[in-house]
Amino acid sequence: MDNNFKVVDSLKNFLIEIGELSYFTGRFFKELFNPPFEFKEFWRQCYNMGNRSLLLVSVTGFIIGLVFTLQSRPTLEEFGAVSWMPSMVSISIIREIGPIITALICAGRIGSGIGAELGSMRVTEQIDAMEVSGTNPYKYLVVTRILATTVMLPILVFFGDAIAILGSALVENIKGNVSFLLYFNNVFDSLQFSDVIPTTFKTFFFGFAIGLVGCYKGYNCKKGTAGVGLAANSAVVYTSMLLFIIDFIAVFVTNIFYG
Amino acid sequence: MVKPMEKKPIIEIKALRKSFGDNHVLEGFNMQLYEGENLVIMGKSGSGKSVMIKCLIGLEEPDSGSITVMGKNINQLEQAELDELRTEIGFLFQGSALYDSMSVRENLEFPLRRHTKKFGIIEDTTPMVMEALENVGLAHAIDLMPSELSGGMKRRIALARTLILQPKIILYDEPTTGLDPITSKEIILLMMSIQEKYNTSAIIITHDVDCARVIANRMILLIDNINYAEGTFETLSTSEDPKIKAFFK
Repeated sequence: MDNNFKVVDSLKNFLIEIGELSYFTGRFFKELFNPPFEFKEFWRQCYNMGNRSLLLVSVTGFIIGLVFTLQSRPTLEEFGAVSWMPSMVSISIIREIGPIITALICAGRIGSGIGAELGSMRVTEQIDAMEVSGTNPYKYLVVTRILATTVMLPILVFFGDAIAILGSALVENIKGNVSFLLYFNNVFDSLQFSDVIPTTFKTFFFGFAIGLVGCYKGYNCKKGTAGVGLAANSAVVYTSMLLFIIDFIAVFVTNIFYG
Repeated sequence: MVKPMEKKPIIEIKALRKSFGDNHVLEGFNMQLYEGENLVIMGKSGSGKSVMIKCLIGLEEPDSGSITVMGKNINQLEQAELDELRTEIGFLFQGSALYDSMSVRENLEFPLRRHTKKFGIIEDTTPMVMEALENVGLAHAIDLMPSELSGGMKRRIALARTLILQPKIILYDEPTTGLDPITSKEIILLMMSIQEKYNTSAIIITHDVDCARVIANRMILLIDNINYAEGTFETLSTSEDPKIKAFFK
C-alpha cells in the first residue's frame, strides 16, 4: 500500500516538475523579446562559458579522435578497409559522437556551474536583493545564461569536432603514413550538408537544454546550502537525460528528411 | 534621536494574512509607519516578521489583506510600477546579500545603472558611489570583492547599496544579527545618522533589545501571528503582560 502511495507521489512530483519547467520555458520566450536587453551580461556569459570550456572540450575531443582511430584500425585492417578511416571517423564524430560528448561535458561543466551559482544566489538572497532593487533577476540571470549556452554550444561542438578529427589524422599519419592533406581531403569528400546541417541544428537544442535545466534548478533552489549541491547535481542528471532524448528525436526527424 | 512625528502613514498594512500550507504565519496583522519614524518590530524566530517585510516589498504574495506604500496598493501594481516603487524602498538583508561575483563598486553601480527613469543616464557613477561609501565610512573598500570583507563591512556596503537609490523608506531585516557588540553598535549609530541625514522612515526587524532601545520611536510585538502589542520602548518594557515581559528579560 505504502509503495503505491510512493509511486503516486513520485508521479505527481514528476508532473509538477514538468509543469513548472514548461512555465519556466514559456517565461524565457516571453522575457527574451521584452526590453531592456542585457547585452553586456550576455557577452560576459558567452565569454565565460566558451573560454572556460575550450580547454576541456579540446582535450576530450583530441583524445576521442585518437582512441576512436586506434580502436577501429585493427578491425578495418582485417577487412582491408583502412582507407575508409577518414570518412568513417569524420561522419561518426560530426553526426553523433562530437555533439553528444561535447554536450555531456558542457552539462557537467556549465550546467552544474549555473545550477550552483544561481542556487547559491537564491539561498544567500542575492536574487531577492536584485528584485527589490527593481531589476528583473529572471531577465538578468536566466535569459542571458540560456541564450549564451544556446549560442556557445554549437561553436564548442564545431571546435571539438575539428580537434577530434585532427587527433584521428595524427594517428593515421603516424601509424599509416597518411599525410594530413590526404586525410583531410578524404574527410571533406565524404562529408555532405546532410551530415552537418541537422547536427548543427541539434546542438542549438542541446545548448538550450543545458542552460534551461541549469537555470531552472538553480533559480528554484530551496533547502539552504544543501539545496545548492542538489541543484548542481540534479542539473547535470536531468540535462544528461534530456540530451539523449533530444538526440533521439533529432535522429528520428533527420531520418524522415534525409533517410 | 526621536523626531517629531507627522501623523501621515507612509506604509499601511491592514488585516494581512499569509500561510504556507497548514502553517498560518500571519493572521490579521495591522501596521502603520509614519514619515520620519523608526518602527521596530520584534517577535520570536519564525513568528512571521521576515514574511511580513517580504510581503511589504512584493517578494511574497499575501493570502489576503492590503498593503499600501506611499498611497499605492502594492498588490494591484503592474510589474513596472512595482519596480519603480521599489526604488523608493531600500531593503537591508540579514545576510547582506552582496552580489559576490561583483566588486563593491559594481555592487553599488548595479541598481544605479538600471534606474535611468529616476536618475537619468549617468556617465560617471564614481561620485555617487563614493558618496554612498563615505556615508558608511568605507570609501577605501571600493575595489574590494565581497569575499574580502568582514561581516560588519558587508553590512555597511549593503547599506550603502541601499542608500545609493536614495530611498524614502528603509527596511532592515535583523541588521545586527551575527555581529559582535561593538560592530552592532556601529551599525546602529550608522542607521541613526542615515535617518537624520536623509529623513528616511524605517522598519527595523530585530531580536536585539539594545538596538530597539536606542533606535525605536515606536515598537510592535508580533506574537501569536498578530500585532499583539504596540507602543514606545519604555511602555512595552515595563508591561506586566508575561508574553511582552519575556522579550525584555
